[in-house]
Amino acid sequence: MRIVVCVKQVPGTHDAKIDPETKRIIREGIKVVINPFDTYAIEAAVQIKEEIGGEVIVLSMGPSRAITVLREGITVGADRGILLSDRAFGGSDTWATSYALSRAIETIGDVDLVICGKQAIDGDTAQVGPGIAAHLSWPQATYVMDIADINSGSLTARRMHEDGWDLCAVKLPAVITVVKDINQPRVPTLKGRLAAEKQEIPIWKAADIGADPERLGLNGSPTRVVKTNPPQGRMKKSVVLDGPVEQSVRRLVQELRQRSLV
Amino acid sequence: MLTNNAEAREEYRNIWVVAEVLAGEIQKVTYELLGAARGLAEARGSEVWCVVLGNQISSQVDALFHGGADVALVVDDPSFMNFVDEDQATVLTRLIRTHKPEVVLCGATTRGRALIPRVAVDANCGLTADCTGLSIDPENGDLLQTRPAFGGNILATIRCSNHRPQMATVRPRVMNELPVDTSRTGRVITGKLEADEAGGLKQILKVFQDSENSVNLADARFIIAGGRGLKGADGFKMLKDLAERVHGAVGASRAAVDSGWVPYYHQVGQTGQTVQATVYFACGISGQIQHLVGMQSCDFIIAIDRNPDTPLMQLADVAVVGDLFEIIPQLIKEISRT
Repeated sequence: MRIVVCVKQVPGTHDAKIDPETKRIIREGIKVVINPFDTYAIEAAVQIKEEIGGEVIVLSMGPSRAITVLREGITVGADRGILLSDRAFGGSDTWATSYALSRAIETIGDVDLVICGKQAIDGDTAQVGPGIAAHLSWPQATYVMDIADINSGSLTARRMHEDGWDLCAVKLPAVITVVKDINQPRVPTLKGRLAAEKQEIPIWKAADIGADPERLGLNGSPTRVVKTNPPQGRMKKSVVLDGPVEQSVRRLVQELRQRSLV
Repeated sequence: MLTNNAEAREEYRNIWVVAEVLAGEIQKVTYELLGAARGLAEARGSEVWCVVLGNQISSQVDALFHGGADVALVVDDPSFMNFVDEDQATVLTRLIRTHKPEVVLCGATTRGRALIPRVAVDANCGLTADCTGLSIDPENGDLLQTRPAFGGNILATIRCSNHRPQMATVRPRVMNELPVDTSRTGRVITGKLEADEAGGLKQILKVFQDSENSVNLADARFIIAGGRGLKGADGFKMLKDLAERVHGAVGASRAAVDSGWVPYYHQVGQTGQTVQATVYFACGISGQIQHLVGMQSCDFIIAIDRNPDTPLMQLADVAVVGDLFEIIPQLIKEISRT
């Protein structure tokens, strides 16, 4: 079984900054981490490999330093990594990103399963996983909380919904996106780290994946960010209630009633 | 091929809402979107269409008209009883190609967020996720879509000038339903599932409505959330009790979920859900940044903690300092006394 895990480097939560020109997230010069949901995606892939055999490839699109998140993936059990990095990819929205990743997956070839995290914590869109599936015309299972069964032809997974879950079987090849509930990612070992450091990670450009330049980057992105604003600040008039319990509670209920909330 | 269809944009008319159907019932978010669509349609001088893919749903069509739809485009098929996103995307894409809507809106639910990105790719158009604001640019008629990103740390406004339709998923509980107007009527257009549209790529083996454990945090007006300060699963029983009195849902911090006190369904924050409730009660949650990004967009935040200096107590509109095991029972008593 050949499994591709799509991973993203995201800014650390404390460092969100926006480029006033492009209105997109500044990714240069700030601390980046692997998107937390992607760690569950890698673990899910490695567990499948351990159970039925195969190969796990971590794939990312981003600037050259995104290699660090690929190395992280190799540290915890992925066999190899591939980075898509080219100016032509710059400014991609979710349409263009899922197109580029789908081209890379086709280029890798013979892929049975693609696993993504539920969403990335910077964009929060959850659109790239289903987008990849659509570009490849593969089935998908989103918000997967449990993989019940997998064999060479199909995968059975539990999808989390607001009101419960359903159990679905999809034909392979397929794309799944996973939530945190699916597993407990393993702790990196020193041996894994050394193996990851030694690995050569190929960098693929747009031409390497046979992508149509019209569909890449800003050109290939139907959406445009026209402005970004900080959200309206909270009305900074906190009420602190630190008296006796009964008094505090009465006042709290009063605050709620004044706003017709209870 | 991603064709820029800007020249043909005049051919694209009307505002569509894709209905959310769960266990045969059209969900509340659909009516919220109809409310939003009404305003957009008026600004564009066009109609509101509601697209319903479901099984035996014809009896609910009048309610769509009462809620603001001018046209109900209904595809009734037994295979839509369950959520087979691939087939639904195929049908929706075909309907879009046939009828050429200018805007397509769908709820930003787990189902909507799975279905619509497929349609956007197949229909070659732009999609904005999780919008909290929609308006029409008076200059050129484009849809301006506002959405929070980075867990609510920024608000981005997005447009899609060169592609039609313009598609967006919209957060539940953000848009307002219209008052029900039983005198409104509309046209029904009946579509059908074409033979080759049931792709057979996915089979639904079992559906489980988990009313005991699941919790619709996205849809809750009140969220009563607990963290490490609750000290165990028993603490959450107390929160559940409070939640029942205010018809709210129970949320949790990552620490509480990882300790096994409540299932993951309840987790609010970066690796859980992002919520936008009217009232958020944070009980014994210190408020790590990963939690704050999931709940800081709530309208009114109340924190209860022994320590007045935690990030959540600082952020809260009302910070109650003290022992939550005394405060919450007292609060339940006080709220019940009306």
